[in-house]
Amino acid sequence: MTAMQKLLQLPVSAVNMVKTVQSQVQGHEEDKSPVLTPDGGQQTWYSALRPDELRHLRSGSSSAGGGGGGGCGGDGGRDQEERAPLEEGGGGNGSSQSQPLRHDDLKEMLDSNKDSLKLEAMKRIVAMIARGKNASDLFPAVVKNVACKNIEVKKLVYVYLVRYAEEQQDLALLSISTFQRGLKDPNQLIRASALRVLSSIRVTIIVPIMMLAIKEAASDMSPYVRKTAAHAIPKLYSLDPDQKDQLIEVIEKLLADKTTLVAGSVVMAFEEVCPERIDLIHKNYRKLCNLLIDVEEWGQVVIINMLTRYARTQFLNPNINESLLEEGGSGDKTFYGSDGNDDDDEDEEDKEKKAEAAALAKRKPYVMDPDHRLLLRNTKPLLQSRNAAVVMAVAQLYFHLAPKAEVGVIAKALVRLLRSHSEVQYVVLQNVATMTIKRRGMFEPYLKSFYIRSTDPTQIKILKLEVLTNLANETNISTILREFQTYIKSVDKDFVAATIQAIGRCATNIGEVRDTCLNGLVQLLSNRDELVVAESVVVIKKLLQMQPEKHSDIIKHMAKLTDNIQVPMARASILWLIGEYCEHVPKIAPDVLRKMAKSFTNEEDIVKLQILNLAAKLYLTNSKQTKLLTQYVLNLAKYDQNYDIRDRARFIRQLIVPTEKSGALSKYAKKLFLALKPAPVLESPFKDRDHFQLGSLSHLLNAKAGGYQELPDWPEAAPDPSVRNVESCQVFSLLERVTTLTSVPEWTKCSSREKRKEKKVEKPFYSDSEGESGPTESADSESYSSSGSDSASASAESGSGSQSEESEDASDSEEEEEEEDKKKVWKKEFKKLAQGSESEQSSESDERKRARKSKQQKSESESETDGDEESDSESSQSESDDSESEVDVKNKKAVQSKAPSKPVIKETKKEKKEMSLLDLDDFEPAPSPQVTPVNSFLSSSLVTDLEGLSLSDSVLSPAAISPSGTQKCYELLHRISGEGLSVEYCFSRQPFGPDANMVAVQMHFANSAATDAKNLHMEDVKLQSGMRVTDFPEIELLPAGETTTAVMGIDFCDSTQAANFQLCTHSRKFFVSIQPPVGELMKPVFMTENEFKKEQGQLMGMNEITEKLTLDVKCRNEHAIVQRVSAAANLSRVPCGSDKECRFAGRTVSGGSLVLVTVATEEDGSARLTLNCEKMVIGTMLVKDVLLALTQ
Amino acid sequence: MIHSLFLINYTGDIFLEKHWKSVINRSVCDYFFEAKEKALEPENVPPILQTPHHYLINIYRGKLFFLAVIQTEVPPLFVIEFLHKVADTLQDYFGDCSEGVIKDNLVTVYEILEEMLDNGFPLATESNVLQEMIRPPTILRSVVNTLTGGSNVGDTLPTGQLSNIPWRRAGVKYTNNEAYFDVIEEIDAILDKSGSTVFAEIQGVIEACVRLTGMPDLTLSFMNPRLLDDVSFHPCVRFKRWESERVLSFIPPDGNFTLMTYHVSSQNLVAIPVYVKQNISFMETGSCGRLDITIGPKQTMGKTVEGLLVTIHMPKAVLSANLTATQGNYTYDLATKVLVWDVGKLNPQKLPNLRGSLSVQSGAPKPEENPSLNIDMKIQQLAISGLKVNRLDMYGEKYKPFKGVKYLTRAGKFQVRT
Repeated sequence: MTAMQKLLQLPVSAVNMVKTVQSQVQGHEEDKSPVLTPDGGQQTWYSALRPDELRHLRSGSSSAGGGGGGGCGGDGGRDQEERAPLEEGGGGNGSSQSQPLRHDDLKEMLDSNKDSLKLEAMKRIVAMIARGKNASDLFPAVVKNVACKNIEVKKLVYVYLVRYAEEQQDLALLSISTFQRGLKDPNQLIRASALRVLSSIRVTIIVPIMMLAIKEAASDMSPYVRKTAAHAIPKLYSLDPDQKDQLIEVIEKLLADKTTLVAGSVVMAFEEVCPERIDLIHKNYRKLCNLLIDVEEWGQVVIINMLTRYARTQFLNPNINESLLEEGGSGDKTFYGSDGNDDDDEDEEDKEKKAEAAALAKRKPYVMDPDHRLLLRNTKPLLQSRNAAVVMAVAQLYFHLAPKAEVGVIAKALVRLLRSHSEVQYVVLQNVATMTIKRRGMFEPYLKSFYIRSTDPTQIKILKLEVLTNLANETNISTILREFQTYIKSVDKDFVAATIQAIGRCATNIGEVRDTCLNGLVQLLSNRDELVVAESVVVIKKLLQMQPEKHSDIIKHMAKLTDNIQVPMARASILWLIGEYCEHVPKIAPDVLRKMAKSFTNEEDIVKLQILNLAAKLYLTNSKQTKLLTQYVLNLAKYDQNYDIRDRARFIRQLIVPTEKSGALSKYAKKLFLALKPAPVLESPFKDRDHFQLGSLSHLLNAKAGGYQELPDWPEAAPDPSVRNVESCQVFSLLERVTTLTSVPEWTKCSSREKRKEKKVEKPFYSDSEGESGPTESADSESYSSSGSDSASASAESGSGSQSEESEDASDSEEEEEEEDKKKVWKKEFKKLAQGSESEQSSESDERKRARKSKQQKSESESETDGDEESDSESSQSESDDSESEVDVKNKKAVQSKAPSKPVIKETKKEKKEMSLLDLDDFEPAPSPQVTPVNSFLSSSLVTDLEGLSLSDSVLSPAAISPSGTQKCYELLHRISGEGLSVEYCFSRQPFGPDANMVAVQMHFANSAATDAKNLHMEDVKLQSGMRVTDFPEIELLPAGETTTAVMGIDFCDSTQAANFQLCTHSRKFFVSIQPPVGELMKPVFMTENEFKKEQGQLMGMNEITEKLTLDVKCRNEHAIVQRVSAAANLSRVPCGSDKECRFAGRTVSGGSLVLVTVATEEDGSARLTLNCEKMVIGTMLVKDVLLALTQ
Repeated sequence: MIHSLFLINYTGDIFLEKHWKSVINRSVCDYFFEAKEKALEPENVPPILQTPHHYLINIYRGKLFFLAVIQTEVPPLFVIEFLHKVADTLQDYFGDCSEGVIKDNLVTVYEILEEMLDNGFPLATESNVLQEMIRPPTILRSVVNTLTGGSNVGDTLPTGQLSNIPWRRAGVKYTNNEAYFDVIEEIDAILDKSGSTVFAEIQGVIEACVRLTGMPDLTLSFMNPRLLDDVSFHPCVRFKRWESERVLSFIPPDGNFTLMTYHVSSQNLVAIPVYVKQNISFMETGSCGRLDITIGPKQTMGKTVEGLLVTIHMPKAVLSANLTATQGNYTYDLATKVLVWDVGKLNPQKLPNLRGSLSVQSGAPKPEENPSLNIDMKIQQLAISGLKVNRLDMYGEKYKPFKGVKYLTRAGKFQVRT
């Protein structure tokens, strides 16, 4: 009998027992918990449940037939909590054992075979954790279920483990192997979650295991797993800071990741582990800037904050010329009040300063670093984010980094945030307050948005008041003061007090309104509310200090107030005023002292001190009238309870009353007491807060929070900007590596291998879920395939083909259902280079076939795009292929019909391009070895394509076709891995007939196997968004020992992303990828020198890249330079008047952006390479390539 | 980043705690309780508190405090936005974010929190993704769960997290494909005693409810996009398109979401739909005061003003109100001193009026300030700024969806000073 059944058969009378047990349980828990939990909460909790218990008992008995699985409605903690004590009642044991008993019951449930019982138990346990109750003694019972098949139970076990592993380290180790297994799972989501839990277990022993897991996951092919790895880094770091160095390596690796998914998380890890290693960012800076807009919101915040710091170390202050000016200006603002009557002098000084600054500005023109501009430009759209944290992050970036003229854009966005939740308002207003001090003009247009509503919370009101005060100037002060008048009447007295202070600040800052404000405040002295009066007194005191002569009547008025005002601070202020300016009120002052002497003993301490003060001052100025009073007060003070007052009294007596013993100081008593005191400066509490990075916690608290990274000052001179250039040698070597199947070009967004592996990994994920869903499998898979193709077509139409990758995977997944178990073998094999992949592919294609057969019955609806997704049966596959090739043939026919005319035109064009220093009109057919032969090849290959089978008879051998030295062949498929079939490709540099935006890729097939290869065609093309491919026509037969060629067209979208596809023969499939060197992404254009210069003039600034280099010894003459440059990039020579310069021009194939290259040589072999291209990425990469070509 | 989260109810009971790093004793909340005591009103609790070892960041939503404990520097808005996101998510899941609901779904809530943060850093915060992992409870499902012992944990793994449109579920299917857009504008205004406008602006929001199969790509264009001064978008909106063409182009999330919020440029004069004539006075001596309020239509563009509601926070000294309303009902809450007059539909022929006397605590001084009136209203089928949706097009899917646009104007923070 399960526990559940026991429960369900409980008699109703058990409820009474339960109640007693409950109360004891409660007592027990209270004893145990050291925490100050208000027991009322628990009390209500339990009592609220009582009526339900009966209901559940009834419903329980009615559904008892349903078996142990019959839970009660809802899954909340409520019924779980309530059932537990019921079972205790059922046990009927002594109350002292109640707690362990309950857990015994849970243990029993966890040990059962039924998943539903386990789940129920786990839910209760998690509910206990959620409520902060201790469930640690269940650890052994729970940890046993870590390998449970049921995903729901598993999830809850994970939750439990993460919470308690730290307390039960030894037992937690039992679970580690499960996660280690999980790390190897073919499903990326399972790998990720295994890593997530493993890294969340805070057990020091497993640090090496975690380290290993993180390292492995960091090079996982799934970006999601890599993201998880990034998340795990700070976890491990907090567990064991000694791992820092190794972790930094991982961070460095992940920083190079090009997916938006990883970017935010890894920067987060960077900030937690090694924020000081700013050098790691250099190489990734531009990439981060460009990815930023697509990163998820939270990542954006972190990245922007980090980049702000980075920019401060790497770029020059954009306001360097203005900063001096500005200082003058802001001095104007902030010193306004304090300088009072010497305004004029200040102004003159300012003028001098400004003149100086202006002179300085002329001397040093500031040019913004293009990378600095890039950051500002790419963050600006994020001001439109719905997430307040992102908006704030951008705002602070602009505030700290943007030229003064551009900062204004953030004001609007920040004002928008004031519509948000009050907590958001609170933070935003704090930051706005700081900004308004520095740059008041920015928020002036939005003055009214800071008006206060009576319904605002007090803290918001006070902050808005602060902003309004900061914004006040001569022009708007009247409106602001009118607004303040409304506020003074508010019921919220704290707010009124703040308003009075704000008026005081306005009065000190703006001379014109000082008298108005003072009068207004004096009127407030007759206010009925004492707090208002008191606050006014304090403020008036400060204001009067500025011009006491004029206001003796106000002082008199205030003297009268001493009778009424009880607030100590106000009384003290009045006394101080009278004492300070006793000569202005000679008659009243002694009288006030008299009254005060009477009430001395009943006053507060601060008032007493001021009475002493007043007495001393009067004694010095008017000793005749006040001598006795003073002595009386001093005597009272002598016996005061407060030692400060006793002290003060002794001090004053010694100072002012002349005795024989009195020292030298008494001579100076007058000077000491009656010294002219400077007027106080009423300053904003937000002054100088901007040395903290805005938007940070430290800024908000105005104190450095733990882990706060100081915002560095601008450097004097800009550090080398070239550190941010992405290295090309890496690119180059990688290009070569691409040709071998095993290489991973890390810098590509999704490299060929990654993608292939990825696919293998993702597939089981889908099949997993299919397997689990049991009977609905077929339905599921169908929906997958259809939705997959839906989305694919959607992407095709919308042009945002970003989903296509996924959807393709989806449709592929079905084909490789059984692959999971072979996954491990797969992986190993992969490491073994080519031979490995051979066998893999055979197994894969076998499975594919099987899967297809099994699918044949299911597949119903197919969208057009399925042609290359091969989710159909074999027969339809071949059909679609046929149709495809038919289409191709048609294409080719069309081309052919054009062919005779087209090449001719092109040829003339080509020749035109090749013409170098000749006159424009002079069409001399220059000998252009690169072009003409290939041209003929192209047309002939088109012909041969159409000839189909006769192709093998073609006399054209690849060697003859490719011009020597200019066309580099890349390996697409190695002879060994291709089982005898080897494929090479090269970029023929010819316009691709069917589509001018495509790059023609010429492929050489060589069959060195013993058997014929049939039906050579391509399938399953995987591309980055926007890229397109025109397949080469199917080669139906390639006899053993023969070779042939074919041409395909790829639109690379002006990127160096690889085009991945499968090369299929009648029996095998090979994963291959074509990756273009950047120089092949362009086509030559002809230009005159003038045109060139004009275009170059338009591509200055960021679009221009200049590099200095030393030419290779063999490459010192013009001819060599031309040869090498045109080898590296498909550009044409532009005539040039000087023989010291070589110029080349081209356009990118798909985008048509101009690419201009200039090589200016010097006598000594050094040279300067200038490249102008509006596509900066292309430009940078090309510069590297050309540089390499010229220097090696 | 976020170390722990405590959910605390109005009375100060911690009823849920979740730790993402090592456990922090709940006694850390004592600092918060102290501040709460001091603040009197829950709105006045400082959102950020500093304690010797931790920083506490809290938000107040639906009578609950969400208290996050953090240890190191983090942008405070980051945490605040996240906490609101948690509250929004819970609201999405359970239709309400209250103590009772959370307690009823404790395990689900705990699981949601587990998924939303990893080591204190947000992991999956898109509602669409979360709902794929942990299904929201429905009546049907809870019945099924009861019978089969199932739970709300999704048995499929979330693919949304992996895609680069994380806001949309994969494989969405509907029999009826519909897309509804509500253009809602709020008038924020402060009117002074004489009825003249101190400050007025229009804030708009477009709420969408999109139930479309597959991966639709929508384009929404306006007749007069120039009106929009400042905008913020759901991440799905392609910003570049907006910049260049002033159209909203997006692949929508599945279900309800806020497409954009906007601010109407301040050059345009804001039409104030109603005027208020009011006279509230308290006698200097004797414990009574008079109140007389009349509301009339001003610039309503020919539409009727509905749901008119006047809320007045009376001074503490006001004991009771003895008033007569020519239309609607009024209530006066003695505890909170809030007078609410529910007028309903505004009839231009017969203007609603509320008048009568207020009795003031004897001996109490005359209140300093007359209470200001907060006005609530709505006008159907009107966007007060004049914004109009031009058309909605769908690309990427074959079927023809049903499209609907609704306009609504309502009062935002609309206050009349007296």
